[in-house]
Amino acid sequence: MIDVGTPGTATAVARVPLSKKRPQKRHIPVLATAALFGLMYLVGVVSYPGFSDTQILLNIFIDNAFLLVVAVGMTFVILTGGIDLSVGAVVALTTMISAVLLRENWPAGAVLPLVLLVGTLLGLAMGCIIHFFEVPPFIATLAGMFLARGLCFVISDASIPITNSTWTGIADVRIWFGGFRITISVVIALVVLLIGAFVLAYTRFGRNVYALGGNQQSAMLMGLPVARTRVAVYTISGFCSALGGVLVSFYMSSGNSLHAQGMELDAIAAVVIGGTVLAGGSGYVFGTVLGVLVLGVIQTLITYADLNSWWTRIFIGALLFAFILLQRVVNRRT
Amino acid sequence: MKAVVRHRLFWPAVMLVVLLIGNTFYSPSFLKVTLRDGHFYGSLVDILRSATPLALVALGMTVVIATAGIDLSVGSVMAISGATACLWISELGDQNAVGGVLVAVALALLLSLVLGVWNGFLVAAIGIQPIIATLILMVAGRGIAQLITGGQIITVNSSPYKVIGAGYALAIPVSVIIVAVFVAVAAVLVRRSALGLLVESVGGNPTASRLAGIKSARYIWIAYVFAGLCAGIAGLIFSSNVSSADGNNAGNLIELDAILAVVIGGTALTGGRFSIAGSILGAVVIKTLDITIYTVGVPTSSTLLFKAIVVIALCLAQSPAFRAKFARRRSAAEATA
Repeated sequence: MIDVGTPGTATAVARVPLSKKRPQKRHIPVLATAALFGLMYLVGVVSYPGFSDTQILLNIFIDNAFLLVVAVGMTFVILTGGIDLSVGAVVALTTMISAVLLRENWPAGAVLPLVLLVGTLLGLAMGCIIHFFEVPPFIATLAGMFLARGLCFVISDASIPITNSTWTGIADVRIWFGGFRITISVVIALVVLLIGAFVLAYTRFGRNVYALGGNQQSAMLMGLPVARTRVAVYTISGFCSALGGVLVSFYMSSGNSLHAQGMELDAIAAVVIGGTVLAGGSGYVFGTVLGVLVLGVIQTLITYADLNSWWTRIFIGALLFAFILLQRVVNRRT
Repeated sequence: MKAVVRHRLFWPAVMLVVLLIGNTFYSPSFLKVTLRDGHFYGSLVDILRSATPLALVALGMTVVIATAGIDLSVGSVMAISGATACLWISELGDQNAVGGVLVAVALALLLSLVLGVWNGFLVAAIGIQPIIATLILMVAGRGIAQLITGGQIITVNSSPYKVIGAGYALAIPVSVIIVAVFVAVAAVLVRRSALGLLVESVGGNPTASRLAGIKSARYIWIAYVFAGLCAGIAGLIFSSNVSSADGNNAGNLIELDAILAVVIGGTALTGGRFSIAGSILGAVVIKTLDITIYTVGVPTSSTLLFKAIVVIALCLAQSPAFRAKFARRRSAAEATA
């Protein structure tokens, strides 16, 4: 294709190592996250006896299973270049509806699908408003956030305990292996994670998500189903938030309008720290897992260091800033 | 007549009038303003007084939204500003010393300016999406406010400080005077100089305005600094009114009310066109609504839901795509009829 012996070969030769380097640059944020996680874990192990216990690591999963599920949904949305600010409110609404219905002696088998459906429909509605009425995602989902929180307060502004035996039964199950334990929530979160990763990497829908985030115009010109994909990611995020809400209601054994306040930031932070580019088109679900783990280790370290809880917020804000900056630097070079 | 109906402020004004009339039905003395002890008293004065922090925050938010941005950190900036002032005053030997209170106010405003500069830096210099950039300060800011107050509610007992939020001058609440002067200065600056035009052009089409030789980054930066200052003053009024600072709850969810006020006032959330008078009117409408909900006796818990529905309806009404679909359906119906 290139006539040999002309200066063109020189550029072609020079380009080969460059293009080989490119995937590595794309991976810089993920590698930085992995390194950060390793470093923070090491700091914990060195400074605090007992931190090296594997159970500490598993506890991070137990305490953040719901965040993991929500963050997987958020990854889909951010990959298309959108954002979903309603996740925390949908989580709270799910705990609220579950708690009220279970108090009215509805069977758990009916409540579970119903709350998942409510979250999914909310996501679907927001997706439709965003795509068909061209309302910017942050405005539509901000409105969704207020709507869901508003519905919570209408249901009740007090905390409602959950005493349903099926619900508390599932919440209390501990899966033991070799002296370590995890909860059902962790298993659910890992399943969601694997499905999410598979869909993004190996299905046509997954490729559409990346294409849409990479360049919406091109995706449309290529004849990809932009409308269906765009609406679907918000629906997925709505479903994941509802499922996250169910896991929160397992974890807290109550429904409360104030549950999951600020979770939208935690989820966005996890996704961004995990290396997904906010403009869309590039990122992995497994990066998001690393992001959640980093947040989890921060919380654990702050508990161990006996610092006040507000330091968590300041640290998460600072980390988010650092990683957005890193994305900028990496993207500018490539 | 058509010009009146078409006017940007027509519908918010109608909403306000309807709310006020509704209130007079429930309590006939609602509109009565009396002069007692040299102060104006009455529900109308209460509405104005309670609307002052929101009006200020909405003013700053209007300018930011006009640049096609958004500032979610206003509530946190309010909390930080109030916390700083109260912390400084609580450490004074004599809490009633005017000089010390002035220093506290100056410190709080300086810090709000710095926070505004920070937001502007993230958006204008680094180029982060406004929603994410200000989300950082929204979350970290609550942490900072709690750090300043040590997680406690700082209570102060300072009469000069209390004047800002709860005092009266010439029978009018001081906070209302502060806001009126601030809004007037801002309106003159924006509408009698090229500043407003430049901000609108940056929000309407950043590329075109850059090609026209406008330094977009500078005006975006100014907008966020201004929003920070507005939120700072609002924080002072709020904390002075209750003589205390609460890092966790001061200004909580005020970004919702501010965005709502801006939308009611007819400013498009996509940027480019803004109305300061509209946003102030919007803030007054929201506070009137809050008070109406109290007088009528509807459970206050449904306020948020009601506001959410208003936001969604207004967003859809502003969406050109929605209008186009609606108009097509209507013209089709007329054609078949």
